[in-house]
Amino acid sequence: MEYNITNYCNIKDNKIFHNGQEIYRNKGELPFLDFIKGAYKELEIAYPKFYKMDSLSKLSLIASSVLLDNYKEELDEKMAIVLSNRSGCIDIDRIHQTNIDEDGIAGARPANFVYTLPNISLGEISIKYQLRSENSFFIFDSFNPNFLIAYSKSLINLKKCNSLLVGWVEVNEEAYNGFLFMIEPKPGMELTEKKLLELI
Amino acid sequence: MENGNLHIYTAGGACVTSLGMNLEENIANIKAGKSGIHKHEDKNLSAEAFYGAIINKEKLEKAFNLTVYKGIFTTLEKMFLIALKDVLNDYQAYVNEDCGIIFSMTKGNIDDLSSDSPNYLHDLAQKVSRTIGMKNEAIVLSNACVSGIMAVSVAKRLIHTGLYKHCLVVGGDIFSRFVFSGFQSFQAVSNEPCKPYDKDRDGITLGEAAAAIFVSKDKSVFGTKTVYEIVGEGSINDANHISGPSRTGEGLFQSVKSAIDEAGIEAKEIDCISSHGTATMYNDEMEAQAFNRIDLQDIPVFSLKACYGHTLGAAGLLEAVVSLRFADENLIPPSFNYKEHGLTLPLNINTEVQKKDINYVLKTASGFGGSNTAVIFKKV
Amino acid sequence: MEELKKELKEKLIEALNLEDLTPDDISDDEALFGEGLGLDSIDALELIIILDKDYGIKLTDSKDGKKIFETVETMATFIKENRTK
Repeated sequence: MEYNITNYCNIKDNKIFHNGQEIYRNKGELPFLDFIKGAYKELEIAYPKFYKMDSLSKLSLIASSVLLDNYKEELDEKMAIVLSNRSGCIDIDRIHQTNIDEDGIAGARPANFVYTLPNISLGEISIKYQLRSENSFFIFDSFNPNFLIAYSKSLINLKKCNSLLVGWVEVNEEAYNGFLFMIEPKPGMELTEKKLLELI
Repeated sequence: MENGNLHIYTAGGACVTSLGMNLEENIANIKAGKSGIHKHEDKNLSAEAFYGAIINKEKLEKAFNLTVYKGIFTTLEKMFLIALKDVLNDYQAYVNEDCGIIFSMTKGNIDDLSSDSPNYLHDLAQKVSRTIGMKNEAIVLSNACVSGIMAVSVAKRLIHTGLYKHCLVVGGDIFSRFVFSGFQSFQAVSNEPCKPYDKDRDGITLGEAAAAIFVSKDKSVFGTKTVYEIVGEGSINDANHISGPSRTGEGLFQSVKSAIDEAGIEAKEIDCISSHGTATMYNDEMEAQAFNRIDLQDIPVFSLKACYGHTLGAAGLLEAVVSLRFADENLIPPSFNYKEHGLTLPLNINTEVQKKDINYVLKTASGFGGSNTAVIFKKV
Repeated sequence: MEELKKELKEKLIEALNLEDLTPDDISDDEALFGEGLGLDSIDALELIIILDKDYGIKLTDSKDGKKIFETVETMATFIKENRTK
């Protein structure tokens, strides 16, 4: 069975797209955190935990909600999640660093520190959709479709999963680019480097 | 590409820790009952004196000067390079376009974080990779405390899929103010050296280390070393809470099950378990739940956290390297600081160096974000 | 006590990022943890910090927190009796 790209979401340039269709636009070019909060409200994501999340988890959650909230079929509980970016969770890292720079060690806040690992964004998706599945977070210099394809195929060939949620979720203050796509054994777009570079 | 019958191997390994600058020194110290955890005073890290497993920086400099690498490197980069140099003494010849390199790190050079120095983990990895002559792009896995051992399974997966023939796997993290302050805000740091699985355990001891290992589909690269095949592995999320493990150990249970199923063995064939054992109330209890569910409660289990502290991105790999080195001699390492059972379910905690014919070693890890990893090594 | 309870609700909203709520949305006797407001273990740690920083009460054992943090009412009562700030 051929594995194809079946569903994808882009969050970039003040807009959110689902399978190439614009579904939300940043009103008045608000800063990222306001933009993503506006999207959360207008897209009616209805998941209050969102408000506690760091910028990386917010970006990842909105993108995955676009793909999975109205998914027409039953979600594969074993759908693997493979995310990647360049900056890790640098925004919340800076906040925690500021906390301890300004107020000393005692200035550390658990609500901030808990997000200072990039894979927490994966955990939030796993929790929301109850996906007890393979999951990993990689750091690259830039979007690395060849790696993501090779790694996804290895998981499929080793029978670790039968579908995947894969992507690039980069956010570093106002520089952001979210691209999440599903790989499934269904008709769709060919899973190639060329295609992924077109879609991101 | 299907490679159903492909076998992927590993052997040896290297480490740089609070217990020594090379693996042999580490093994000798553990056998002698020594721990890398000591009391320290450093107002920059903690208002009061604290326990931590911190590398002697003079020894680190000396060890680094013995490598051929020239340049300006941070503490963590030096730790990586020393561990890699040790491994490359045997495998430099295979560092070509068929060889990948996977780094496991949680925070990198985090204490240098500022607006001038944003701390990109990939930049760090590339710098270290280029220094050792690696041509392929570095792959960085940053998946909390399972990263070290998950990196081994990533190497195995990438070799299985044909991307590489061999992989260098290296993991490391420093004892940082950033992380220590965070764990203190969680009230998760013990005031004494940590006591995995013990009734009086009350939190972690933080540590720092780097470790490295070579993984290959070609058994002959390992020469006369005792070789292990990576016969099964799994990394399943709890989907429960981002910082607390599942009370039923669901993710760990499924990860171990995935590894056992892939290995085609029964749970009772596992000879010893190098577990995560961080000495928090929740983690250790969760492991007891998961191991009992899969019928592993009688298998000797040990946590090296009482020896090395929690070394974050290094932990899974360091502990696997040490466990395999003990297994070379058919020995099971000790789990320090365990006096009275502090779990609601039984586990067979191994407290002394024990002689046993070792064929299968199970390494497990769990981490924030609900992550879990299990890898089974088979002596060949 | 009413002042304190309102103040607590505002602090809860701010410290715990409960952005979609106003103080009027939180009732005095609503369970803070589990069903009700649905706070978790990380939130509990934040509450311990609030007790210390804003009211001068040090809770060294987070397990004591269970009874104290049951509702806004129980929190306010405890603070009123033990505050040093």
